[in-house]
Amino acid sequence: MSKMHLKLTVNGEAVETLAEPRELLIHVLRERLNLTGPHIGCETSHCGACTVDLDGKSVKSCTVFAAQAQGAEITTIEGLGNPDGLHVLQEMFKEHHGLQCGFCTPGMITRAWRLLQENPNPTEEEVRFGMAGNLCRCTGYQNIVKSILAAATEMNAAKEAAE
Amino acid sequence: MNDLTPTAEERAASLKGIGSTRKRVEDARFTQGKGNYVDDLKMEGMLFGDFVRSPYAHARVVSVDKEAALAVPGVVAVLTAEDLAPLNLHWMPTLAGDKQMVLADGKVLFQGQEVAFVVASDRYAAADAVELVEVEYEELEVVVDPFKAMAPDAPVLREDIADEKEGAHGPRRHHNHIFTWEQGDKDATEAVIAEADVVAEEMVYYHRTHPCPLETCGCVASMDKVNGKLTLWGTFQAPHAVRTVASLISGIAEHNIRVISPDIGGGFGNKVGVYPGYICSVVASIVTGKPVKWVEDRMENLMSTAFARDYWMQGKIAATKEGKITGLWCHTTADHGGFDACADPTKFPAGFMNICTGSYDIPVAYLAVDGVYTNKAPGGVAYRCSFRVTEAAYFIERMIEVLAIELNMDAAELRRINFIKADQFPYNSALGWEYDSGDYHTAWDKALNAVGYADLRKEQAARLEEFKAGKTRKLMGIGLTHFTEIVGAGPVKNCDILGLGMFDSCEIRIHPTGSAIARLGTISQGQGHATTFAQILASEIGIPADDITLEEGDTDTAPYGLGTYGSRSTPVAGAATAMAGRKIRAKAQMIAAYLLEVHDDDVEWDVDRFAVKGAPERFKTMKDIAFAAYNQAIPGIEPGLEAVSYYDPPNMTYPFGAYICVLDIDVDTGETDIRSFYALDDCGTRINPMIIEGQVHGGLTEALAIAMGQEIAYDDMGNIKTGTLMDFFVPTSWETPHYTTDHTTTPSPHHPIGAKGVGESPNVGGVPCFSNAVHDAFRPFGLRQSHMPHDHWRVWNIANSLGLHD
Ligand code: FES
Ligand code: FES
Repeated sequence: MSKMHLKLTVNGEAVETLAEPRELLIHVLRERLNLTGPHIGCETSHCGACTVDLDGKSVKSCTVFAAQAQGAEITTIEGLGNPDGLHVLQEMFKEHHGLQCGFCTPGMITRAWRLLQENPNPTEEEVRFGMAGNLCRCTGYQNIVKSILAAATEMNAAKEAAE
Repeated sequence: MNDLTPTAEERAASLKGIGSTRKRVEDARFTQGKGNYVDDLKMEGMLFGDFVRSPYAHARVVSVDKEAALAVPGVVAVLTAEDLAPLNLHWMPTLAGDKQMVLADGKVLFQGQEVAFVVASDRYAAADAVELVEVEYEELEVVVDPFKAMAPDAPVLREDIADEKEGAHGPRRHHNHIFTWEQGDKDATEAVIAEADVVAEEMVYYHRTHPCPLETCGCVASMDKVNGKLTLWGTFQAPHAVRTVASLISGIAEHNIRVISPDIGGGFGNKVGVYPGYICSVVASIVTGKPVKWVEDRMENLMSTAFARDYWMQGKIAATKEGKITGLWCHTTADHGGFDACADPTKFPAGFMNICTGSYDIPVAYLAVDGVYTNKAPGGVAYRCSFRVTEAAYFIERMIEVLAIELNMDAAELRRINFIKADQFPYNSALGWEYDSGDYHTAWDKALNAVGYADLRKEQAARLEEFKAGKTRKLMGIGLTHFTEIVGAGPVKNCDILGLGMFDSCEIRIHPTGSAIARLGTISQGQGHATTFAQILASEIGIPADDITLEEGDTDTAPYGLGTYGSRSTPVAGAATAMAGRKIRAKAQMIAAYLLEVHDDDVEWDVDRFAVKGAPERFKTMKDIAFAAYNQAIPGIEPGLEAVSYYDPPNMTYPFGAYICVLDIDVDTGETDIRSFYALDDCGTRINPMIIEGQVHGGLTEALAIAMGQEIAYDDMGNIKTGTLMDFFVPTSWETPHYTTDHTTTPSPHHPIGAKGVGESPNVGGVPCFSNAVHDAFRPFGLRQSHMPHDHWRVWNIANSLGLHD
């Protein structure tokens, strides 16, 4: 199948690659751009392991064709934090045991990152609702919710201190 | 010494040893997306494999036409049974002593069975070609009901062994029969039942489900034809066993095979078995000379690799009119699907189902299990439980509830008067186990007090009155469970898999500067081994856990072990770790004595050092000793500081727990609202409380799924009805309740550090607890037994059948 010239902004950098139009975005990211943080748990948009941020929204990248992503601005788990340290969400997942096998974690954190931008001060119920597109088989969610609430508190405190 | 000299307690705390809530060392990698799972592997020239699968549950394969598939650009090969037959790899041995087709050899026995393996340059080309392989089938009569499979005129499923009277586990009495396994005293049990004041009888069905880890199964096989070495990366819960099996069935010498389990995205039993995808990938790599990757998708995972449960348990429980249990009888019909691929120790074809006397002092018992072939997927794995222990716990905890109804007794009290007492341990059960330790009454009372049991019953009674008065449509259920697990398989004298004894191992090397690396025969799938095993070592050898690297999963470097499943890592490999640590300490003692110029017996261990007895200011720390081990010639002592231990456990360990669930049921919609869940676990010595709590949360959520909605269901034609995450229930954060955890601590007397293992307890105890809560809500209306999963439709049906909608 002939390939298309795909131009994207991924984690702040302009990237170009060739891909079949039918290729799923998750495959483009993982196999063409070597971003193996987002995972594949179902390929049917149920599990959220493939969650990335696309033009300011959480999307399940197994449900987006390469062709649909043309020109998009994408953030993956690799775009959070920096070489010297973890993002506060990553830090809080570690602190509150918000992960076990780690397979759901990149999608979880990427989703939580958007959720906390949409709602910087969520209740436990709002977190549980807002994260319901991401499945975890290991943790039972209790510590994931705890991690996200703790991150919200930290981020708000940091914002206040900066103001 | 002055005020700044750390005390022994401070020194111990800085080690982050046993009991420390140490944060996980795995997490920095995983939270950044830097995990290395099998599908992340990329190699030069790597090819992708994909399966053509049978749409039929039972059919003859008349022909396979590869031509159109081979014409797809990028397709390298299409393998069928005919291609594998010359290598004798078209069938493979199963862990249960049966054999299984790798690719359909003349017929298919379940929907989704592997028929052909397409190998292509990328996954899209492979998927395109899969569509183009033309298979002609001739449909055969399908049997999905294990009872019908045993009818005299049932169709013959396994033609390859139709006439064999003897199977891997004794005589077969029907062409679809696999084995009968009997335990206990049949005559004595039946005599007790015949004479009992009260007998409760019930069929308890534990439905078919699936472990469904978030990462599916997969592998990359790479055969280097020049040096004759095969490397196999994959989602293996038992990498060493995979290496041995691979060698035995491929004929490649074992030293030329390297098996690597990279990071594993959850296992829960799904990744114990050997699957056709692994064999086909290896063959494809041998044929093409290139690395071949195969990763199943979610539908393939649910339909073909490793179902769990599917036990029909007919039970009778006898008691005096005061409620003292006098005997237990159980006959189980076990649906094993088209091939017997259960992952059980060889001598236990029904796993440890004979733990079904549970936490109770039952004088006589009898258990028989009949394994049966049907047109369903093979598997029968231990989904987050030790072999068949969840089935056993569900059975006994339902039978107790039914007996309580029969006796018109409170189910908490009925349990209490039948518990094995603390002074009865070690306790020999009627079905042959020696329970190592327990204190059930203490745990039970703590649990009942914690939830305010008496008040809950009052509230429930008040609610019932309101319901009857038409003031509410919601019933309240209180689910009780006291379970006893049996984990840590196991003593080599009676536990092996394919002849491999179920010991485990640890090797430790102390570096000259006093840090260390330890390697184990197990493999973490999220349990945090790198964190907790370092804690065990820290306490044993006095080196901070943060200075100890843990490695698992590479058969070229790790010592031989049987892997991680059945909650065996802590009981077996954890013990090996402690014992290897003690060997290090024994040598360190001699070195310290030499350095301190005293006799070996004149030094004593003190947290992180050996000190001269009576003169604690004269000491050598483990760090000093490590350096000396590498830079001094010590008479009579070899240089270096290393140890390896292979641990053969003298017995299993028996974790236990008391769980209580409170829920409300809307009888008009069938919806359940879990108000609270209290889980008390006793796993002996607690290595890392944070990780234990996390394991309990996760296990309870898997239990919630199983009890309340998750199933692998088939229609009469053998079509799987729950093959995607749309239909197969996995709870989200929204449905999952908040859990309260608690504990008591009864160490195992035979384990070096007293630990028992915990990962699977919450699933074993959780399933009956959720289910009992649903049953309890309807008890006043006469419900005795209703099969799981208790999804809204089934719960609505219960209400309807009890006349609550009239
Ligand atoms: S892989 Fe995309 S939602 Fe599961
Ligand atoms: S940590 Fe394993 S799936 Fe979430």
